[in-house]
Formats: sequence, structure tokens, C-alpha cells
Amino acid sequence: MDDKRFLGYPPLRMTSTEFLQQLINGLSLGAFYALIALGYTMVYGVLRFINFAHGDVFMIGAFCGYYLSPRLLPHFTGWMTPLGPISVLVLTMLICAVLGIAIEKIAYRPLRSRPKLTVLITAIGVSLFLEYGGQFVFGADPKSFPELMPDRALEGTGALTITTTQLAAFIVTISLLVALTFIVKRTRLGMAMRALSNNATAAALMGVNIDTVVSFTFGLGSALAGAGGILFALSYPSIDPLMGLLPGIKAFVAAVLGGIGNIPGAAVGGIVLGVVETFVGGSAFSTYRDAIAFALLIIILLFRPTGIFGRAQIEKV
Amino acid sequence: MKYRHIKKWILLAGIVLSAVASHFSGTINSYYLQIVIFIGINITLAVSLNLINGYTGQFSLGHAGFMAIGAYVSAYLSTEHSSAFFKAFGTNFFSIALLFIGVLIAGGLVASVAGLIVGVPSLRLKGDYLAIVTLGFGEIIRVLIQNTDAVGGPRGYSGIASYTTLFWTYSVAAITIYVVVSLIDSTYGRGFLTVRDDEVAAEAVGINTTRYKVTAFVLGAFFAGVAGGLYAHSTTYINPSGFDFQRSIEIVIMVILGGMGSTAGVTFAAILLTLLLEYLRFVSGYEWLPEIVRRIAQNRVIIYSLVLIALMLLRPQGLFGRLPRRGIPVGGMAASRRTKLPAASA
Repeated sequence: MDDKRFLGYPPLRMTSTEFLQQLINGLSLGAFYALIALGYTMVYGVLRFINFAHGDVFMIGAFCGYYLSPRLLPHFTGWMTPLGPISVLVLTMLICAVLGIAIEKIAYRPLRSRPKLTVLITAIGVSLFLEYGGQFVFGADPKSFPELMPDRALEGTGALTITTTQLAAFIVTISLLVALTFIVKRTRLGMAMRALSNNATAAALMGVNIDTVVSFTFGLGSALAGAGGILFALSYPSIDPLMGLLPGIKAFVAAVLGGIGNIPGAAVGGIVLGVVETFVGGSAFSTYRDAIAFALLIIILLFRPTGIFGRAQIEKV
Repeated sequence: MKYRHIKKWILLAGIVLSAVASHFSGTINSYYLQIVIFIGINITLAVSLNLINGYTGQFSLGHAGFMAIGAYVSAYLSTEHSSAFFKAFGTNFFSIALLFIGVLIAGGLVASVAGLIVGVPSLRLKGDYLAIVTLGFGEIIRVLIQNTDAVGGPRGYSGIASYTTLFWTYSVAAITIYVVVSLIDSTYGRGFLTVRDDEVAAEAVGINTTRYKVTAFVLGAFFAGVAGGLYAHSTTYINPSGFDFQRSIEIVIMVILGGMGSTAGVTFAAILLTLLLEYLRFVSGYEWLPEIVRRIAQNRVIIYSLVLIALMLLRPQGLFGRLPRRGIPVGGMAASRRTKLPAASA
């Protein structure tokens, strides 16, 4: 059967263990995409625009972790050791939230009534500024991310390899998702967010302070991106100022895949994209890996532009 | 209609001037010559992107992808298939010219097929989505080239003949400007502007918006492909990373800086930006400047990003563009473009 080649590539063969292993790797990659995609989706839901700079907030998150860890971790010894990584994570999320709110205040808020294209171009500008400003401040060369926690394979999983960082990434992602769902569904600000995304004018007339809600949304989304940055850097410990570009765009694809503006959709879209990409990366087509997300995006937009969970909107004149 | 033929005269003058300049180009320092050629190529790229982004109101972020296709196709043809051609026609001035025109047009045509493929999704997508899809197309093209061994893959493609001269560069630039300006000024071309100004209204009065969008993409991609061919035959070496997202952004900035929908502005911005970026190379070498200024000058993208943000906040219509107006003044669009009207509020 070896002569059965597809476009000159050997056939794809996989044992069930390999399949499960790839699935686990795909899920952990998907968790990062999900965390970033949530920010895209929330901002889109509230403001109807794509925050191009979101992937770069993710990069800033990774760099916060890089600079904070050596300063924070030594203070946590003995029984407090597990609190070290958590404090790094929380502080990073706070910094990223402030950054997100600042970006919105400075660059996007003055343009809110302008054409969407203007805001999009500004967002590209902010993204480039963060990337290359980051290169200017942090240096262009890749840096190796410090070990926040011992990274070893868990025991008792048979032939499968699940590392402690993968497990931690899962736990953090799921807790953040639960927290986010709680905020959006059960708090007053969350209700205001949903109101705004439903009908901004009506929400404003009902006394929702739009500026506060938009700031809050940006803060929330950026905090998640920051957490994603730390988790990503734990698994792929080489970080550089341009690292946010590709995951950012892919997370956007994930958000569109799940139906942009839809919070559970973003999580599902991220997971799906991570799994698909890992399987392609493990096959003979690995060199095309980065093109997969874009091909997927084009296919979704052509055949189901509202994504998996999205609802069609009617354009009113 | 005093100025009826002025466009044709300008086109002719441009071609004659570039031929004359090309004749004396041997006396110019080769570094300056290269910059002047790059300016011409950038004018072609910016004016052709302006047709898509400025006049038709679509937002393409993948122009470098079209350029890459044109560059690779024409370079491949002129490198791998020129010997048979020269055997048949002999190696002289005219056969080289014929070959070069042939490969440039071939590159442009293949790029315009890609433009057709990108144009089709643009029928369903708007604004942000379209921007990301075109970005994705640009990246896909780059990945495909990287995986094509016949043109060197990630190592790049070298040994391309150096055919590009001032004459070819500026003739192409002049033709591009002529075609775009004539098209937009024609009765048919008004359709592009209506698609930009109000798609729903355009459709309501019976304009085939789909066809206009696809036409814009195909034509814009064609000229980008030709510009890519000129670029390949000027540098004699191309590699996929030279046609990345950053290159697309560079062209977009030229269009935005000049003013979307202003050919003169975009041409001016292409000249200005190319010169400015070359000048920054010197600035980063000036010892007397503070370290920080020199390092910023080295990192040109920081400057791009600041230009973009500042423009959008302070002058979103660019240097020469106009803000869209509500309502069309008496006399229609044609009159409004020629008479000075009080500035509309944003």
C-alpha cells in the first residue's frame, strides 16, 4: 500500500494511541486559541469591530510573565510555593487589563462614531506599534521563558504523555471560562454587556453607561489574552515580540468559526482549530500548517459566515 | 471640454520622459537609480491598490500576495524559458523587450486570476472580514511559494535577468495611472464610486455591485503582478518573505497617507514614503543623534504604526483625500469633484 500516495505524500497512518496523543496536544493548543478568541468575540459583540491588536496583548502577557517571574517567585517559599505562579498570572492579567483599557481609551474611543474602516486601520496601527515597539523595548531576539512550575509528564497515563503544564493550562482555562460565564450571566456589568451587544441605543436609553461597559469589556478580554500569553509561554517557552501575530489571527479565525460575538462559540471554535491544526501539523502536510487557519476561515466565511453558533443578522438600511 | 485629451498627453509625456531618463540612466549612481526604480514600482502598487481600497471601498490587505505571484511567474518564465525564446528570435534589443513585455503581462495575468479568486469572497464579505480574508490569501500565497521547490522554496529565487530599467518602470506607472484615472472618470467607472459610497443604494438603482468589486480586484491584481515582475527583474533575487504582511501594510499606508480615492495623492505618498524610508537608513547612521532616535529610525514599522494611528485620529482622509459627504450636490458627483465646496463636517 506504500505506493498509494496523495499528491506525492505518504498516506496518513496513525495508531489509536498516537491519535489520542495528538488529540490531547490539540486540545491544549486549542485552549490558548480559546482564551484569545474570547477577547475578540466580546469586543466584537459590544462594539462590532475586530480588535486587531488583541493578539499583541497576548504577547505583552507573555512578556509580563517573563519579567515578573524572577521578581515574584523567590518571595514564595515553602507551603506558599504554588501561590507564586498564581500571583504572576493574576498580576499579568491585571497589567493586560489596564493595557486593553488604555488602548481603547486612547486609540478607539475618539473614533467610535467614525466609519468602521477608520477604526480597523487604527487597530492595525496599534497592533504594529505594540509588536515593533515591543521589539524596541524588549529586543528582537527570542527569550526563553522561565519555568514557573516543574514541567514533567504525569504518571499513570499509560502510553500517553500529559505534562503538568498541559494540565495546568487546562485547569486555568476552564476556571477562567467558568468565571467569565459567571460575570457575563450573573453580574450587573455582564448584563449591561449583553444589553449593549443586543442593542446599543436601547441600552444607553435604559441608563447603561456605554463607556464603562466598553472599558470593562476590553479589560476582561485583555486579561484573558494575558493569561493565554502566560500559558502559551509555559508550553512554548521561546517568546519574542512578534509571537502574538499568528496566534492572534488564528484566534480570530476561531472566534469566527464559533460565530463571532458568541462566547461559548469562541471557546468551541478555539478547541476545534487547535485540534485540526495539530493533526495537520503531525501529518505530511506540516509545512502547510500556518495556511490551514486561513483556508478554514475562507471556507467558513463562504459557506457559513455566521459560524457554528452565530445567528444571521439582517442588514437594515 | 478643454482638458479632454490631457490624460493621454500626460501618459505620452510620461513614457517619453521615462525613455529619455532611461537613456541617461548610465550616468546615475546605481544606488540612486535603484531607489528611483523602487519609487516607480511603489507608485504602480499604490495606484492599483487605490482602485480596490480607495475607489471601490473594499479593504484589501493582500496586495503583496498579488505582487509575489507576478514576481515569481515572470521571473520563472524569463529565467527558465528564455533560451528557447532567444534561439527563435535572436538576442537583440527588440527580442529582449518583447520577452520582458511578455513575461510581465504573463505575471500580471496570473496575478489577476488570483485577484478573481479573492474577489469572489469579497462579494459576501465587508470591511473587517474582507481585510482578514485578503490578509489570509496573501499569507496562503506566501506559504504556497515557500513550498514550491521549482522556484527555490524558502531559499528564494536567484539569477533573474536584470531587465528592469527606468523606461519600463515609469511606463508601467504611467499606464497604471492612465488606466485607473480614465476608468474612474468614465461613465462605467462611476459605478466603482457608488459601490464605495452606498452599496445598497447602488444595487437599488441597478448597478451590478458584484461585477464592480470583482473588476476592481482583477485589475488591481494585474497591475500589482506587473509591478512584482518589475521588482523581480530589478533586484534579480526574490524570496517569499519579501512579500509578507509587512509589504502589504507598506502599500496600504501609501494609499491611506495619500488619501483613499485620490490618485494624485497616492502617487505623491508613494514617492514620499519610499524616499522617507531610504532617508531613515541614513538617519540611523548619524552619530550626533541621540541613541533612541537612531534606534527608532532603524525600526521603520514603529514609524508606520505611529503614522497610521496619527492619521486616523487627526486626518482620516489622508493628505489629499476628501471626507465622504452626505448627499450629492447639484450637478452630481462630476461637479462636486471639480468645484470647491465648503468642507463637510466629519
